[in-house]
Order: sequence, then structure tokens, then C-alpha cells
Amino acid sequence: MIEMILTGLSWFFILLGSAIILIGAIGVIRLPDVFTRSHAAGMIDTMGAGMLLIGLMFQSDGFNLVLVKLVMIGLALFFTSPVSSHALVRAAMADGAKPLLKEGVELEGALKDEGDKSY
Amino acid sequence: MANSISLWVFLYAFWFLLSGHTEPLLLGFGAVSCTLVVYIAHRMDVIDHEGHPSHLSLKILPYWAWLSWEIVKANIDVAKVILSPKLPISPVMFKTKANQKRELGQVIYANSITLTPGTVTVNLEDGILEVHALTIQGAKDVLSGEMDRRVCQVKGEMEGKY
Repeated sequence: MIEMILTGLSWFFILLGSAIILIGAIGVIRLPDVFTRSHAAGMIDTMGAGMLLIGLMFQSDGFNLVLVKLVMIGLALFFTSPVSSHALVRAAMADGAKPLLKEGVELEGALKDEGDKSY
Repeated sequence: MANSISLWVFLYAFWFLLSGHTEPLLLGFGAVSCTLVVYIAHRMDVIDHEGHPSHLSLKILPYWAWLSWEIVKANIDVAKVILSPKLPISPVMFKTKANQKRELGQVIYANSITLTPGTVTVNLEDGILEVHALTIQGAKDVLSGEMDRRVCQVKGEMEGKY
């Protein structure tokens, strides 16, 4: 019985992770420029990979070294994926890529471009 | 010195969990390797509050739990945007202030923003973050300052300590 529930949960999380990765891949194709595409890629390496790992953890029957290693993979992704996303968009900026922006948006609380230091 | 010892313990636990060996000879080799790594790190002078942030304490765990839930919510939002036929994106770029006093806190905040799908930190300089957001709603969520406040809380204990 317990076995069946664990297998079911495992399937649920693995399928959910796969769906998120598929949606992320569609996003990478549909979105217009490198900056917006990086958001879709961000979905893949946060929730996509995370849900797959949780699904695999349910496969590891009980508390053992495999489970600990899966947690470590999760932590490693958790720390490295924002660094790689940041490096990617920063490299794009440095290369002179101009993000497509919606015109005429005033955001409350954001710092203005001029007088950055005078907050 | 205390930091070196805690780094050694951390490395040894990491080595043990990855190797899974319990033979005395291999445990000894592990201990020797860890000692060597700590010695080199000590000589390079990288065992400081950035290289080995032992002062962060367990307060970071509830923050990670909160952040994970935020990531799930942001994922659902971005998935909705991608799947809707009209592709209702409204990309914006804005600057905001990180209120953490130390650089490590600012980096935790910037990385948390990047980790949340829909927002990416493009630049961090002198405590000013430059953020690209996929939708105006995502930008407003960052500007509400909730995450900023929580990172400050995590870091609260160590402010002024270094």
C-alpha cells in the first residue's frame, strides 16, 4: 500500500517536472528576445529540475545515501543556476543587446535612471 | 581557527556522504584530504565570512522554504504567460535598492530574485540592483520589498558583526 502511494507520488512529481520543462522549452521558442527567454530557461532549472529530483527521491525507498545525494544535487542547482542565468544576461548586456521593453511604464518605488545616488 | 575547524567538519561530512565508505583506511584518507584542503584554503586566506559563511545560522532554512514556495508561484505565473495564445508579456527593466548592509546579503537578495522565474538581476553595483522582469506584475512583486525585508531578517544577526 505504502509502496503504491510512494510510486504514485513519484510519478506525479516526475510528470509535473517534465511538463514544466516542456513549457519552459516552448517558452524559449515563443518569447521574443534573449532576456525574456532567460525567464523561460529559469523555469526549467528551478521547478523543472526540482520536481524531477523530488520525484526521484520518492524512488529511493527510505532514508539512504541515494536520497542524501539527490538533496545535494538539488542544493548545487539551487546555488549555481542563478549565477549562470545572471552571467548569461549580463554577457548579453555587455555585448550590447537591447532588451525589448514595454514603452511608457512607470513603476512606483523604482529608482530613476538619473540621480541614482540621490535616494 | 574556529572557522577552519568548522570548514573541516563540513568538508568531512560532505566527503563521507558522497563516498559512503566506512573502512578505517579510507576514512583516514578522507581526513587527510580534508586537512590538506583546509590548509590550502587557509594559506589562500579564503576562509572568511564570504568563503565559509558559518555565521548565517539556521535562520536561512525558513527563508529557503519561503523562497521555494515563491519560486513555485512564480513558475505557475510564467507558465501561464507562455501558454496563453496572446503571449501577454510586458518586459520592463528597473533599478531598485538592496537594503542589506553587507555584500553577502545583497548577493543573497540578487540571487533570490534571479532564482524566481520572471525576474533576472542584470547588475548589482553599490547596493543598486538592475532587474529585468517578464511582466509588470513580476516587477511590482519585487518592488513590494517583501523579499528584501526577509533577506534582511536572515542577515539581521550578523549585521555589524563583521
